[in-house]
Amino acid sequence: MNNLVLIAVLLMMMAFVYQIGLVRSRKVAIATTGEKVRLHSRPVYHGVLLALWTVVPAALIYAVWSFLQPGIIESMVVAQLPPEALVGSDNDLRILLRRITNLSTGFGLADEAQAFELTAAAYMQQLRVTGQTFMFALIASVAATALVLNWKRIQPELRARNHVERVIRFLLIACSTVAILTTVGIVLSMFGEAMRFFSFVSPMDFFFGTTWNPRFSTVGTDGQSGFGMIPLLWGTLMIAMIALMIAVPIGLMAAIYLSEYAPSKVRSVAKPVIEVLAGIPTIVYGFFALITVGPFLSNFGDMLGIDIRATSALTAGVVMGIMIIPFISSLSDDIITQVPKAMRDGSLGLGATKSETIRKVVLPAALPGIVGAILLAASRAIGETMIVVLAAGNSPTLTANPFEAVSTMTVTIVNQLTGDLDFASPQSLVAFALGLTLFVITLCLNVVALVIVRKYREQYE
Amino acid sequence: MNMEASKNQSSSLPDSTDLAKKRDLMQQRVARSLKRRHAQEKRFKLIGMTAVGAALLFVVLLFTTILSKGLPAFWQAHISLEIYFDEEIIQIDDKPVRMDGESEAAFNDRMLAWRTQLGFINFNRLILEAISKEIPEAPEFQRDAMRLVTSGERFGLRKMVEEDPSIIGTTQRLWLLADANVDVWMKGNIDRDLPDSQQQLSARTRAWVDDLEAKGVLKNRFSTALFMNPDSRSSLASAGLAGAFMGSLMMMLIVMFLAVPIGVASAIYLEEFAPKNKITDFIEVNINNLAAVPSIVFGLLGAAVFILWFKLPLSAPIVGGLVLTLMTLPTVIIATRSTLKAIPPSIRSAALGIGASKVQSVFHHVLPLAIPGILTGSILGVAQALGEAAPLLLIGMTSFVASVPATPFDQSTALPVQIYLWQGNELRNFFEARTSAAIIVLLALMISLNAVAIWLRKHFETRW
Repeated sequence: MNNLVLIAVLLMMMAFVYQIGLVRSRKVAIATTGEKVRLHSRPVYHGVLLALWTVVPAALIYAVWSFLQPGIIESMVVAQLPPEALVGSDNDLRILLRRITNLSTGFGLADEAQAFELTAAAYMQQLRVTGQTFMFALIASVAATALVLNWKRIQPELRARNHVERVIRFLLIACSTVAILTTVGIVLSMFGEAMRFFSFVSPMDFFFGTTWNPRFSTVGTDGQSGFGMIPLLWGTLMIAMIALMIAVPIGLMAAIYLSEYAPSKVRSVAKPVIEVLAGIPTIVYGFFALITVGPFLSNFGDMLGIDIRATSALTAGVVMGIMIIPFISSLSDDIITQVPKAMRDGSLGLGATKSETIRKVVLPAALPGIVGAILLAASRAIGETMIVVLAAGNSPTLTANPFEAVSTMTVTIVNQLTGDLDFASPQSLVAFALGLTLFVITLCLNVVALVIVRKYREQYE
Repeated sequence: MNMEASKNQSSSLPDSTDLAKKRDLMQQRVARSLKRRHAQEKRFKLIGMTAVGAALLFVVLLFTTILSKGLPAFWQAHISLEIYFDEEIIQIDDKPVRMDGESEAAFNDRMLAWRTQLGFINFNRLILEAISKEIPEAPEFQRDAMRLVTSGERFGLRKMVEEDPSIIGTTQRLWLLADANVDVWMKGNIDRDLPDSQQQLSARTRAWVDDLEAKGVLKNRFSTALFMNPDSRSSLASAGLAGAFMGSLMMMLIVMFLAVPIGVASAIYLEEFAPKNKITDFIEVNINNLAAVPSIVFGLLGAAVFILWFKLPLSAPIVGGLVLTLMTLPTVIIATRSTLKAIPPSIRSAALGIGASKVQSVFHHVLPLAIPGILTGSILGVAQALGEAAPLLLIGMTSFVASVPATPFDQSTALPVQIYLWQGNELRNFFEARTSAAIIVLLALMISLNAVAIWLRKHFETRW
């Protein structure tokens, strides 16, 4: 029988048992004493509880059985195969099993089947039928027993609601652990793979080495050199700094203008339009950098007599700056509007102009929050991938010249892990060490930023 | 008193002129500094306006670049040809029909044999004959003539025969896709004055193209290839987004069915049930941090856990969907929690007051009121996941897949990854436009998702 059909049957069974519970609890409410007794829980809960008690064990049996059955049947079929069929390699055996399975399901074979294959197929089919019969019998009997036993438990004083609610609570808790499991998964998987990498390359060489040039030498031969992270870290920081130099002035001034000066009509149009920038996929920014910004900067450089590469730290930084403008502007906007009005009024009352109030009163008061916003934006810039993959030029050299191509940690992770995945070589494992470093850096920035922003909120709330 | 005052005044007369002078001076100074300060005020305001203007300019620049590059790619050069499905060329047995008592495997085998036979037929000859009707000298310059029609079209003809063999012996007028280089030449995306050695098409083909265009045989028509076909490397003009779209769709469904229920459930637990203690504090900090973890880290997680440990297939939408689910989860949780927070406690108190349990008050009273907010947050999360490319690169989705995935376990790619792959194609003249067209499709999908979210918020959100 098809799995889907069985699941549908189980669901229908659940609905049916629910009805039984519903009816039974209503009956119990009247029947015990002849007149109406108050049920502890409403009939709905009795129905749900009965359905859970009956169908959940059956479903568990079904899940375990269908997980184990194919393996068991396969090994039983292999055990009775004639010895001359087992001489081949593992791969031959797999093909043979595939053929037998095809024969037994009635799909058939394109060529002649051998005699022992036919018997094996018949045996497999027989086993499958027996297994399924047993499974059905087991499911049916377990469900029936559970139904009868629990049917009797439906009494007015049964705290069905509390039981059902406990199940719901358990499910809710299980869901909220997924987020923790994700973090644990990130830390464990990256830590494990990074440790494997550090068994090839010493951490000192990795964290403080100044050349990035992982040669594809075979494992275990000459020294694993060229895994120095410093050029990548430098490239990452340089691009992030350029991005912040673009985004902080524009974003901050835009936030100030929109929150303090702009008429509400301008604000209601300009704010969402600027926030559109935050919703655009980063691959689109990368493409934009590649076909528009890069050539433009390069031509501009030619005009000034400077040699600017079309794909350079500058190109990537500028475009990334455009991308993080909305982060800075909307976060600073929130923070600026949170500065109490009394402070503004006091300053204006003393005769300060509006801009003086903003510069000498509002901004100093909002400074911690703004710093938090900048740190969050910086962590985003450091972790950004697609823009730098397309526009930074991918050249892991230690250079102070922003007009030259650089490489970043994220680009290197992508480069080392695309193509043939061979998780045994330090050349791919290094991606996890880089990822772990990236994770730690962004985590620190985020934690500091969140603490600052939270402190700031408390100050004025 | 008066006298004294007047005396006083008279005595201090030189002083008073002094004072007046001082006051004048002061006033002048104030006036000057006021002028300076007002100028400063104006400057400050101007800087603010410039910043807003710059940000808006970037938005406009981005969209005009993409639109102006991408829109023309929705129309592609097609060539109108009279194709005669010649029995002489298409010599093939009857299409096999499944007989009674035949096993499925045996039938598949016969079908495969028939398809193989079909595969040996040279459909290019049909195309060449059709071209010769338009250009009489074509048979002498086969190579040049065959550069007119994109190579994938012979498979289109084969598919027509495969689906309906009765077509053999008839003549059909079809619009076939022209080669990518013909498209580039027709649209003027390549410098027409470049010397022959740098042109992709031979001088003869170029002359034919101009000639056919004048006759109306070659035309720019709206191209369905972009939407209906999977990616292609041999026939660039017919490379399409169907495979990537299907992959993205599957991933979005996985994200919707996993991230939304799990996210909403954990938000409900954290906001409504969880006791305030160290553990829930830890979970909260944890979720806030997960929301800010770079997306590429989730890709590494997917590569290590799903591919390396669980041995799930590379480049499969199921893996992509799971990775994107983990990435979207914090977004959904945070959005749901803020919606739940905004619902006034009086509603909970009222439900509890008339005897509802905590679970009942949440599921019967709080949650229904929160649904619009939850939906808005979830849709925004899904839209964000739709545009994400970086984690997908790490789970092998960059591999070239020339088919539309049928199940989430098949090889596939995704829209943002397809954009990444196309932007790197060697035929830049053609693919710059096609990549922009793919970006337009992606942005259109994201904008419509966002529009749905905004509409939901506007129409169903209650302000307390």
